Amino acid sequence: MILARVLGSVTATDKHPAFNARKLLVVQPLDERGGETGKSFLAVDNLTSAGPGDTVLVMREGNGVRQLLHDKTLPIRSLIVGVVDAVEA
Amino acid sequence: MYLGEVIGTVVCERKDPGLSGMRLLLVQPLDHRREKAGSPEVAVDTRSSRLGDLVYLVGSREAALACTPTFVPVDSAIVGLVDAVDA
Repeated sequence: MILARVLGSVTATDKHPAFNARKLLVVQPLDERGGETGKSFLAVDNLTSAGPGDTVLVMREGNGVRQLLHDKTLPIRSLIVGVVDAVEA
Repeated sequence: MYLGEVIGTVVCERKDPGLSGMRLLLVQPLDHRREKAGSPEVAVDTRSSRLGDLVYLVGSREAALACTPTFVPVDSAIVGLVDAVDA
């Protein structure tokens, strides 16, 4: 998993049905000091209700996503799996 | 998943049978500021994307899962047409 900051959300009317009723957020990868590193990408948030400004834990592995969301067919690769309270580094 | 802009189309006459009937588009991956994030890639279109559209994509094995049938040789698929990015 990686640390990332939630920047905001993406809305789409015409999308694969797997994304219906799922929140799609823009997340910015962070380094150990909370600085931005690399390019932003998109992650689904179905478990944590994370919002803009939150530091989150993002899993980028589709098999784990399918296990957590109980659907073997989901074409979803990035999922927010935790809201981070503290990082000591 | 990531954002991208459709910048072209790709046509292949000779290809793996798993790719037959699939629309191949050239996509420039973007970040939330619509700045380039890496090199252009060829993606299968599962919506009805047009040139210049802002889309979102899924990569790796999950790209194939977005297709019907799902056992196909693709590693990048357009899975949504973006209305707005609020970030």
